[in-house]
Amino acid sequence: MAEGKKVDKGRRKFFIQMLQGLGLAALGGSIWGGYVAEAKYDELVLRPPGALPEEEFIKKCIRCGLCVEACKNRENNPDTTKQTATLRLAAPGDHKPKEENKYNYPKEVPIGTPYFVPREIPCYMCEDIPCVPPCPTGALDPDLVSSVKNGKKVLDINKARMGVAVVDEENCIAYWGLQCDACYRACPLIDEAIKLELRRNPRTGRHAFLLPVVYPDVCTGCGLCEHACVTEKPAIYVLPRDIALGRVGKHYVKGWEKKDEQRLKGSKGIHKTITPRSEKRPEDYLNTEDLLNE
Amino acid sequence: MSNNVIYKHRFLIARRIVQISILLLYIAGNIYGWKILQGNLSSSKLLDVVPLADPYATLQLFATGALLATDVIIGALIVLFFYMFIGGRAFCSWVCPINMVTDLANWIRVKTGIHREEWQLRLSRKVRYWVLGLSLVVSFIIGAPAFELISPISMLHRGLIFGMGFGWVAVLGVFLFDLFVTKNGWCGHVCPLGGFFSLVTKPSAIRVKHDADKCTLCMNCKNVCPEKQVLWMVGKESVFVSSGECINCGRCIEVCNDDALNFGFRYKQNKEEKSNA
Repeated sequence: MAEGKKVDKGRRKFFIQMLQGLGLAALGGSIWGGYVAEAKYDELVLRPPGALPEEEFIKKCIRCGLCVEACKNRENNPDTTKQTATLRLAAPGDHKPKEENKYNYPKEVPIGTPYFVPREIPCYMCEDIPCVPPCPTGALDPDLVSSVKNGKKVLDINKARMGVAVVDEENCIAYWGLQCDACYRACPLIDEAIKLELRRNPRTGRHAFLLPVVYPDVCTGCGLCEHACVTEKPAIYVLPRDIALGRVGKHYVKGWEKKDEQRLKGSKGIHKTITPRSEKRPEDYLNTEDLLNE
Repeated sequence: MSNNVIYKHRFLIARRIVQISILLLYIAGNIYGWKILQGNLSSSKLLDVVPLADPYATLQLFATGALLATDVIIGALIVLFFYMFIGGRAFCSWVCPINMVTDLANWIRVKTGIHREEWQLRLSRKVRYWVLGLSLVVSFIIGAPAFELISPISMLHRGLIFGMGFGWVAVLGVFLFDLFVTKNGWCGHVCPLGGFFSLVTKPSAIRVKHDADKCTLCMNCKNVCPEKQVLWMVGKESVFVSSGECINCGRCIEVCNDDALNFGFRYKQNKEEKSNA
């Protein structure tokens, strides 16, 4: 009997200790989890080429900095001392721009992950993309920056989608009518990612606007335009694509594109209405008596 | 010879040389583009060929649900098998840069008399296993490697290579914790990476061996050991230190004046001795 009691006590102590541990773990876990949930996300961060979507990227990046070292020590680094480069590894609390309030800057990049700030150093779009192949985990995926040429898969930096350039027409001096094509000329995909649109300048009546227009389907988000912009705070800047771009949704179909039209095939419940072309001529409509009577 | 200061600190000196060399090689990899060791302790390339990766960091990435590329998996297995079957928990004492910080804190603690058994906050050495388990749960739920976001080890190591930022605050935190709160508090009680290596390195070959016949029960070894509990056999049984919690730092061997402790290869011995260990 006495012996039985002893065992019981030990067991009770064991359970209490387990519950205490559980309580501490729950408390610690909720604080830890809360912090991690906050610290893993920065909406303005720009990632290296070939980076997976941010949510996936954070899960895969092991924070080794091999991409940063590859970027820094590449042969064509404009900084010949190789002390700075486009990519940098986020350290805790180092998210301070060189010049306050003069360009977009990420607030709190998850520590240890690679990012770049185009106004300071843009991505120079190396053709051999040295930063992507060293990634050991696949957080930077070579497939996302490869295209097939002659049946062979080759790295193709033009497929990178690091972000997308956005023009602030209010503060772009080209939209004022001044002559400036800094971003257009800096763009590595000149006349593809940025085109100049000609428009008459009604203010002077004798000059043309030369307006930079970004084509998001081509823009890689390298930021050479943002780097080149002449205004105090750049009037053209790179934003993450999911921040800058909208989404049409599936319910719109480009009826004039055969490929998009295919999506309707086999769908049930959606009837295509074809409105027959009116046989009346537009003039008839304008000249009918009914219209005047209304 | 045997009372020579250098001889008395031979493993300590060797450890510092190894720790600092590894650190310098990583730094040179970043600054000068040397290809001996590139990356950092989370994941690296040895001689531009062999992938290496922190198995615990890799485990956290797995916990987030990510499908990882083969490079990091091979790297993690190489490191894991090295410590599991050869080195024991040697990462903690021979590689980890935080070890130098906590050893300094411990040294000051003992030298200045800040340390007294009855003053220190008593923590269970099992805390690290709870932290380890918790880190995997948090990684799974939040979808980000939980310990990698707060690890003072990564912050110090990455900081020295790529730029420190405010990472020094976390390192200072560990230093002060070890100095004022608990002896060997971080490395011996809290650190989940140490906990991870404790769990997986039990089968390792390189082990401290105790010879009870030579022991004079001076207890120098227990006084210097950062994981005292692993030396339970001192003066009692002639066996290998078999606990995974032993960090193979060799301090006990240095302070032993009776040659009762030495490094040995466990699998050279016959089966009888092994089963004792």
